[in-house]
Amino acid sequence: MIRLDHLSKLYSGRAVVEDVSLTVETGQIAALVGTSGSGKTTLLRMINRLVEPTKGRVWIGDTDAAKIEPHLLRRRIGYAIQGHGLFPHRTVGENIAIVPRLLGWREAEISARIDELMQLFDLDPAVYRDRLPHALSGGQQQRVGVARALAARPELLLMDEPFGALDPVIRAKAQDDLRAIQRQLGTTLVIVTHDMEEAIQLGDRIAVMDKGRLLQFAPPSEILTAPATPFVEALVGAAERPFRLLSLSTVDALREPGEAPGTPINPDTSLREALALCLWEGRAALPVSGGGIVTLAALQARAEGASR
Amino acid sequence: MRFALPPLSALSPTGLLFAATGAIGLWLPLVQFKPNRIVAGQGVDLIAALPGPAGWAVALGMAAILALGLAAGRGLGLRLGLAVLGLGLSLFALGLAARGLMPEGNRMARVSPAAGFWLQFLAFALMATDALARLRPGIRTRAAILAGAVAAGTGVLASGWLDRTSVMIEYAARAEMFSRSLWQHLLLAFGSLGLAFIVGLPLGIAIFMARPLRKPVLTLLNMLQTIPSLALFGIMIPIFGWVAAHVPGAADLGVAGIGPFPALMALFLYALLPVVSNTWVGLSSVSPAVRDAALGIGMTPAQVLRQVELPLALPVVLAAVRIVLVQNIGLAVIAGLIGGGGFGSFVFQGLNQTAMDLILLGALPTIFLALVAGIGLDLVIETLSRQKHRSTP
Amino acid sequence: MIAKLFLTLAAALLAALLFTPESFTEVFRPLTHNNAPPIYLQTSLLRLTLSHLALVGIAVTASTLVAVAGGVLVTRPAGREFLPLARTITSVGQTFPPVAVLALAVPAMGFGAGPTLVALFLYGLLPVFENTLTALSTLPPSVLEAARGMGLTRRQRLWQVELPLALPVILAGVRLTAVISLATATIGSTVAAKTLGEVIIAGLLSANPAFVVQGGLITGLLAILIYEAFQRLESWSAHRAGLIRPQ
Repeated sequence: MIRLDHLSKLYSGRAVVEDVSLTVETGQIAALVGTSGSGKTTLLRMINRLVEPTKGRVWIGDTDAAKIEPHLLRRRIGYAIQGHGLFPHRTVGENIAIVPRLLGWREAEISARIDELMQLFDLDPAVYRDRLPHALSGGQQQRVGVARALAARPELLLMDEPFGALDPVIRAKAQDDLRAIQRQLGTTLVIVTHDMEEAIQLGDRIAVMDKGRLLQFAPPSEILTAPATPFVEALVGAAERPFRLLSLSTVDALREPGEAPGTPINPDTSLREALALCLWEGRAALPVSGGGIVTLAALQARAEGASR
Repeated sequence: MRFALPPLSALSPTGLLFAATGAIGLWLPLVQFKPNRIVAGQGVDLIAALPGPAGWAVALGMAAILALGLAAGRGLGLRLGLAVLGLGLSLFALGLAARGLMPEGNRMARVSPAAGFWLQFLAFALMATDALARLRPGIRTRAAILAGAVAAGTGVLASGWLDRTSVMIEYAARAEMFSRSLWQHLLLAFGSLGLAFIVGLPLGIAIFMARPLRKPVLTLLNMLQTIPSLALFGIMIPIFGWVAAHVPGAADLGVAGIGPFPALMALFLYALLPVVSNTWVGLSSVSPAVRDAALGIGMTPAQVLRQVELPLALPVVLAAVRIVLVQNIGLAVIAGLIGGGGFGSFVFQGLNQTAMDLILLGALPTIFLALVAGIGLDLVIETLSRQKHRSTP
Repeated sequence: MIAKLFLTLAAALLAALLFTPESFTEVFRPLTHNNAPPIYLQTSLLRLTLSHLALVGIAVTASTLVAVAGGVLVTRPAGREFLPLARTITSVGQTFPPVAVLALAVPAMGFGAGPTLVALFLYGLLPVFENTLTALSTLPPSVLEAARGMGLTRRQRLWQVELPLALPVILAGVRLTAVISLATATIGSTVAAKTLGEVIIAGLLSANPAFVVQGGLITGLLAILIYEAFQRLESWSAHRAGLIRPQ
């Protein structure tokens, strides 16, 4: 569990972050969203003390972060950033080994950990372990960046726009992978993004920030259906909202008995994709694999219900 | 009365450096008094060197300036003003010491600036440089400052205040030779630059247009640069001596194995590489789109070269002028060793006679010329490349 | 390929000149007249070369150590106040003619190897310092941020990240310093330092071009070989720093 307690940061008298309090439960993902200059990155960097808070406290479990030497604190917390920040002069394996080495792990243990993480992230150790980062693709570099952040089994992982440098196609895949790995490891995750779509996709809870203040901290469905302020509403995008809400549920939820022609779709398909498919192919209903159908009418009703 | 020491954070770290340098300068002897120009002298410190209470007054003044420079966060303009005042004070002290210490009617004795003077001067010069670097003045202001500094330097020398110091006495004894050396030095530096442009500009254009020529030409010019200056100057003597004696008409054109000609040729050879390679680099950096557009509106290749490519390459070509001029003003000193004239004759004469003041008489103006040429040309290049950026967004 | 052959030839020629100078007697004879000796024999060329290289080596090592330390210092928070001054001094200082610096060292140091060493040291500081400064202030910010975020201490960041990544550019500065020093050291012989300049000056004084060519040739070959060696070192270190994509 991590708890931010009335955190503020002032630069020459001007508040960049003002009186932010929030709690992220163990194993959950919190997404910090806001426009640039909203203070979301500063807030994140105060957690591992890359920025010292002017006021307030950070609690990691029962420990006050201010009571630990900054560099020792940072070794306990995973950190992954946009453009990955891999050391260009170290191989993939050496990059992953950085924090375990700083913590004085035994070499055999480090080596096993490198292989374990590389396999987890779908990188064949035999092929990639001894390569330098520049010999990897953008997506691979990004995965090594996250693997490196997780190397010393941190209880908490901080990510600052980790997918910012990826093209949209790979980004979706990277988000799915991250979500799966986070669930598997049970790591608490705080991620900064300017992309509401990404926040909805990843966050168990979303913190919306503007001008240094925390406007709303709530689960995605609540952010979408009950935005706390006009700013939050604008950020979500009023017109897009019904569709975003649709992307939260799967076809399974609207499945009804019946028959329809065509290839059955997977029950895990999001409602949004199903709606898109109906409209695209001009069909009134789609078959769902495992029996039943989902109808265009039901999808539209759900979308309209959401917009009210 | 009690003084509270300011907290350490209120002290400027650079101010500490200047104050330490200046303080050592105040402590070391200001000048050396020598019964004649060759023997080692005796150091005289600031207090003793100036008549009556003047020594104390100057020392306190300098200490006050250095102390004011210690306070962090003072106005930069004020710092600059204080530094210039300090420079003036140290020159004032030097002149006054020379006037006071030189025995009336004694033409053998010398009063030379010693470590104390140099360190004081250095401390204030650094202080001024620091203030200027932080002020980040615009191009015009910098040009005005450069002109002002040159005028101030010339003014101080022309005023006669320093006439009794050793270097100026050496100068007085050789005033005519000094101006001849100045002209020779400038002729060597600028003449070799001019020759390098007459030959190098077409050569640079040639290797830009004819690719296969590029590698051999640049390799050859690069190898010329590896020959140590001393050897290149030396080998020019027999080569051009032979040419003057055996090639009909060569001697009438001024070719000779003695005098400034071999030195001029050596400097010319060193200057070729920067001119040729910068011309080539400048031309290659012109965007192909601009070239296409020029050809597209019906310009001939010669017109494109003259009206488009060369003007756009100008800042890079001018950078070569700076490199060559600064380098050749320095290297021209070597000419003094092979009888080619210039300020080098003073330097090497001074080294031969172990007459330190004579060395200074040759070295100081050389450094001055190189500095003014370097800073001045930097300003010109900056102005031109800004204009270029403005006209091609 | 041609470059490699050329370098091998240069190295072979240099070795032959240094170890068996007499075998070049007939090569240099046409450059002499009045039966002057074609080969400089007062001091062995090998000894002069070694003393020349020692002088340059000591000066370059010292200026590299001091300049890199200085470059590191002014890029730390504690030394940042010195940055504007340091930048100006390096750009202005490089316009100082090396010969003038050498001449000015004589009044302070007397004759011999001392003033040459001091002049080479002072002059050599600038290129290394400038390159160190450039290299350390243009490192990729994301790498530095990641290093800090992972909990590397200041010292660990300097030694494990900043210096290894800056190395290729710093080495380029050392190369420049070494080549300039090699040439300037010959002038040191005018103030009685034992360098290859002695051969050239002997040639100038006795009007014997053979000596001038010998001294110049050996120094030039040394310069080419040192330049080349540094370039190899640079590309090796750039490769190691992961800065160059293997083609």
